[in-house]
This record gives sequence, structure tokens and C-alpha cells, in this order.
Amino acid sequence: MGIKEWLHKKREQKNSSRTINTAVIDDEVGKLWTKCFNCGANLPAKEVEENLHVCTKCGYHFRINAKERIAQVVDLATFEEINADVVSADPLQFKDLKTYKSRQKDAFEKTKLNDSIITGIGKINGEKMAIAVMEFAYMGGSMGSVVGEKITRLIEIAIEKKLPVVIFTSSGGARMQEGIFSLMQMAKTSCAVAKLNKAKLLYITVLTEPTFGGVTASFGTLGDIIIAEQGARMGFAGRRVIEQTIRQKLPADFQTAQYFLKHGQVDMICSRDELKEVIANLVRLHSKNK
Amino acid sequence: MSKITQLPFEKPIYDIEDKIEELKMLSNESGIDLTSQIETLTKQAEEFKKNLYNNLKPYERIQIARHAMRPTFLDYVKNITTDWLELHGDRAGTDDRSIIGGIARIDNQPVVLIGTQKGKTTKENLEYNFGMPHPEGYRKALRLFKHAERFDLPIVTIIDTPGAYPGMKAEETGQGVAIAENLLEMAKLKVPIIAVITGEGCSGGALGLAVANKVYMLENAYYTVITPEGCASILWNDAAYADKAAEALRITADFLLEQNIIDGIIKEPLGGAHYDPELTFVNLKNVVVKALSELSQLNEQQLIETRYDKYRAMGALNG
Repeated sequence: MGIKEWLHKKREQKNSSRTINTAVIDDEVGKLWTKCFNCGANLPAKEVEENLHVCTKCGYHFRINAKERIAQVVDLATFEEINADVVSADPLQFKDLKTYKSRQKDAFEKTKLNDSIITGIGKINGEKMAIAVMEFAYMGGSMGSVVGEKITRLIEIAIEKKLPVVIFTSSGGARMQEGIFSLMQMAKTSCAVAKLNKAKLLYITVLTEPTFGGVTASFGTLGDIIIAEQGARMGFAGRRVIEQTIRQKLPADFQTAQYFLKHGQVDMICSRDELKEVIANLVRLHSKNK
Repeated sequence: MSKITQLPFEKPIYDIEDKIEELKMLSNESGIDLTSQIETLTKQAEEFKKNLYNNLKPYERIQIARHAMRPTFLDYVKNITTDWLELHGDRAGTDDRSIIGGIARIDNQPVVLIGTQKGKTTKENLEYNFGMPHPEGYRKALRLFKHAERFDLPIVTIIDTPGAYPGMKAEETGQGVAIAENLLEMAKLKVPIIAVITGEGCSGGALGLAVANKVYMLENAYYTVITPEGCASILWNDAAYADKAAEALRITADFLLEQNIIDGIIKEPLGGAHYDPELTFVNLKNVVVKALSELSQLNEQQLIETRYDKYRAMGALNG
């Protein structure tokens, strides 16, 4: 499970002062300087922000939240969010060391979102499309009933309005707190993609840091075109689980975008500044009238 | 009975049975009539058994589902079908042994049968990779799904897997996308699909064969988004809390039926399928035959639509 690794990492990060790849924009707000996790350069925060949260020295892509992603890729003032109010019913009344309800509440406080995805209709370099962006800061971007439902509804609207679909994934996998209901979202979203295929509408997935588990094993890799964002890590099982299973040291580049490109699992890698035009161009190349 | 490996929670039963044996021996050797004592104890043992097995905790069911002597896919093939022919390979370099497929008759109806295979011995388990498929296994299944569709044959899948294999090679050849494509293609298939979870139904590895018109579970099987051990090690920081995770995850057949995740429960003999495999085969076969007959009433479009609607409705939402 990808989420396993993520949570393990999170615990480790709490204990270590030097963390890797955890730059979430929210943490940077109000800061004047941003330290690059890759090259160690101290950069003016504003400069990094203006550079799409990419290090101006080494090109390291900081993790960004869903709202920032939308601001970056969707044309100004064209995004209309849909189904923002859908919330999970906590079907198992799940409780581990904390209740699911309290975890949801904490995640809401942190992200001001009702769940780990934002969906809507907007334009990307002038091309109108159905857009979904996952929010990793909300419970590790995990997929429960809300993610499944919002993606399904988005695809249904895309079919009705004959729009292409682009989904930016960022997820540790299925949401354990919804048990079997979260597993079934893999089936539900894949069934929705089947309908989209039948309608012959283009479906692009952009795998961003990190994409694992149930999202990789469902709508995440069902894109007609699969783009990996530079610097993203992805896979089905998490690195730690694999290491424990095969008792071997894994290569340093294991599960990076480069690694999956090399093994034929993604169509291309795009840097953050390329994404917008590549997506729009793909849409144009796949539509008869353009 | 004595040949069956006992599970920790079954110890009291075996203790009483040992006691009964002792009394019998004592009675034979000494000539003292202990019939009434033996009868009382036997009755007590029966009561105790019923009480124990009818009130199993989720983690006890898991132990039954994982029992080394639990019938495997090939046992079902052997006992519920005729004319079985295995069809090997993904046509791209591999024959993953943890997913086995073929064609056979169930009650005279030709079907394509696909299942995850576990072994009963270490040697067998190494061959079948403990029932943990690689992407190539899912692709073999997909090839056979399409074969079934081309010849209008219903598909029956039998699932007992601790999950898709987490390995380096499996990542390189696309474990995620292999499962995803099965979910997608199963949604599109024009033939009836029946899935039966007979033991462990863990995560995407199980779901990759289980997008079906009808999904059934054996009484002691479990179906879950993550293994209880995996869940416990993440949320309780310790895999030893697997029993707690098993309860929290609600992985048992009765709950899943109540929530319309599955369509029916197949009865097992008291104590689990391994106590009476023959009865288990009959029960499973009857359910599959009935489902095949019901689904034969639907045309292609109805099969696809009802399957879609079933999964479309799954989820627990407010607003």
C-alpha cells in the first residue's frame, strides 16, 4: 500500500529535522525564505512562488496544494467548481487511535476542503475541460466515497457536455477509514472511465507527487494519455513494503517519474511550466475541428 | 478430524475431544461403564462448538479463511466442473501461476473460469507465489475475459488472495495499471460475470478479478481494502493490533451483504470449509449455477448496465 509508506514517512519526518519533499505551500505562507530540499539553496519565497514553486537553482518541484494547482493550470477566472459540498458519511463509524470524524475535522481545518479532491469545469490555455485535482494534504489524498463520487459525477458531466477530462492525482491510495467502500471506489471510477471511453472523449491523467495504491490501480493509470510531473514518485505498493517483501535494496531512482518512463508506464514527463500547454495541445490534437 | 491443523481459538474444542477419547479408553481398559459421562461431555462439546463457530470474531474468521487446508481454486475446479482445460499464459512472455484460467462446464454450461491459486504446501506456495499475482497474471485474466466475450461464455472468478504482489518487477511491469485495466475492461464485458471470494479478498489484488454482475462470499471469507495487519501497522503503529483493525474495517460477509457490496453468502460447514470440503463444493456450485441461470435472462446491454449501476451506487455520502 502506498499510503503505508507515506504514513511511515510522516512519522519519520516528525523525528528528523531535515525532511525530504514535504514542502506544502501552506507551510510557506508568511515566510520570506524557502529552503530547497534538494539543493539546499535558500531562496526568496516570492521568487519560488512566482516560479510555480519550482526551485530557481536546481528545478526541484515543491509539492503544491490543489488550490495552487488550479491557480497555476486553469485560465484565470474560468474555473467553476462543482460538488464541493459532498461529504463522507463515515459508514463504518471507524475508530483507530482517533476517530475518522476527528481526522476529517483536522483535515478540514488544515485544507478548508470537505475531502481530498476539487472538481470543476474550466479552461486550460483556452480549451474547455472537466478538471479534477487531488489534495494530498487532506488525509494523504486518500480515496474514499467522496473522491469516487466526485470523479464519477465529473465524468458524467464531461460526457453530457462532450468535454475532455484531465485529472491531477496525488494520493497515498485508498482510505482505510472507509473500508470496503473505499475499495469499491476503484471499481466505480473505472466503470465511469469505461463510459468516457465509449463516448470517445479524451482522458488525460497527470500523476503528481505522490501517486500510489488504489489511485494508481484505478482511474490514475486509465488515462488515454498519462503524464508524470517532473519529480513525482508513483507506484502501486510503497517502497518500504516492497523492501520488506523482497528483502533487497531498491535502486535510488525506484518509483520516480524517470523510472516509470524508462519502464514504459507513462507517456511523458512534463515539468510544471510545460503542463498547461502540453495538456491544451493534446486536447487540440485529439479534436477533429482544430 | 485429528489431521486438521487446529487454530488457537479452537483449542478448547480439541481439549474436550481429547478428554472424551481418554474416557473412552479408560472405559475400555477398566470395563467401567462411562457411557453417560461420555454422552454428557459429547453433548457439551457440540454445544460449545456451535456457540463458538456461530459467534466468531472477525479475526477468528480470518484465521479460518487463511487455513492451510482450505480448498483452493483448483480444488473447486476439480469438484464443481467437468471437461476442465487450463489455458496458459499472457501471450507476452509469462504464465503467472498465481492466477490460473481455463474453460470447463459447470452443470453442463461451458464457462471461462479464472482464479487466484494458493498452495497447501511450501513447495506449492512457491509455485503459486502464495496467491499473490504479478501484473502478468492480471493480463492473462484479461486475455481470457476477452476470449469469453468473443465466444459468449459466462465468466466465473474464484478469489483467494492476500493481495497483488508488492515487488520491484511488479512495479516495473505495471501492477497498478494491470489491475486498473481489468476494472475498466470488466465494466465493459458483454457476458455475465460471477465472482466468488472463497478466502482472502484483499485490496486491489482481489478487486482486479471481482468487478462482476454477482459477487458472493463464503461465510468465513473476508473482503477488505487492506489486510488487517497492514491497517494495524499504519493506524495502530503495530501489526499486532490486527484483531482490532479487523473489527474496525468491517470485513465480514454479513456486513458486506447488508451494505449491498456483495449479493449473497455461501454457507460453510461448521468450523469452516476445510472440515467438510465436499459440502462446501456443493454449496458453492449451487449458488453459481443459480446465478448463471438468472444472468442468462439478461441481454448484453442489461448485463453492462446493471453491472454499472451496481458500482455507481456504491459509496457512503452525505449531501
